[in-house]
Amino acid sequence: MNLAETDSGRLLAALRSVLAAKGIAAPDEIAERIALTDAATPARGAAMVAKAWVDPAFRALMLADGARAAESLGIPMRGMPPLGVLENTRELHHLVVCTLCSCYPRAVLGYPPFWFKSTSFRARAVRDPRGVLAEFGFVLPETVKLRVVDSTADYRWMVLPMRPEGTEGWSEERLASLVREGDMIGVTVPQVGV
Amino acid sequence: MIAPGTRVRVRDDWPETRGPCHIRTPHYLRGTAGVVTRHLGDFPNPEDLAFARPALRLPLYHVRFEQSALWPDSGRNEDILVEIFEPWLETEP
Repeated sequence: MNLAETDSGRLLAALRSVLAAKGIAAPDEIAERIALTDAATPARGAAMVAKAWVDPAFRALMLADGARAAESLGIPMRGMPPLGVLENTRELHHLVVCTLCSCYPRAVLGYPPFWFKSTSFRARAVRDPRGVLAEFGFVLPETVKLRVVDSTADYRWMVLPMRPEGTEGWSEERLASLVREGDMIGVTVPQVGV
Repeated sequence: MIAPGTRVRVRDDWPETRGPCHIRTPHYLRGTAGVVTRHLGDFPNPEDLAFARPALRLPLYHVRFEQSALWPDSGRNEDILVEIFEPWLETEP
């Protein structure tokens, strides 16, 4: 049998039945994990970012232990890899990439955007990071240090962007609505009125 | 355990030339010097996990490299932070 030419639906069904027969993963465990994965969206990360902007204690917890901070907002993190949070400042900007594959903080950002998994983004984010940012419409001043974070192992990384000017007095919900997935990867920054 | 601030060099080793393997140390870093910034914890060795072998828990570090150490034409105000397992790091005397 040529696996590469076998119908993927049949292969998946066969794999699931072997996992169940060997007691590795029961069908309801697989269904639960799929439901958890499907439920995650960038809105979760955005809610964390907005809370960090208004609540210094939460910000400190988020920077020390991203998974505990996420759990404190009711985001399910059981069985998920550790979550590291990278804080952008006026002097330092972070850009996250996984050059080896496509490691991504799915629990808080959902499925990665298609370009995050592309070989061109993965190669060029480490080779020409400012050029990549410019292609996303984000020109980072030369005076700001750019730190590329290559997610190669057991952590997953998200960026805590800076709160934009002109948002004084905004509610957490309104602040969260500013934060896009790219802002938490570091290819863009949150902006008012875009 | 390697202390934060320690200068290290990524082993210039290429196991992929010797047979099937699973490596979490990117090729562009092999042989490059950097600085350990933080011990991230201990995790099962992915090089064994990938082959369903018993996996020792190994110290995992965040190591910072200057972009200019990697690419001669890179911007100077740039660096890169990467998770690397201890057996891949050589401390310089």
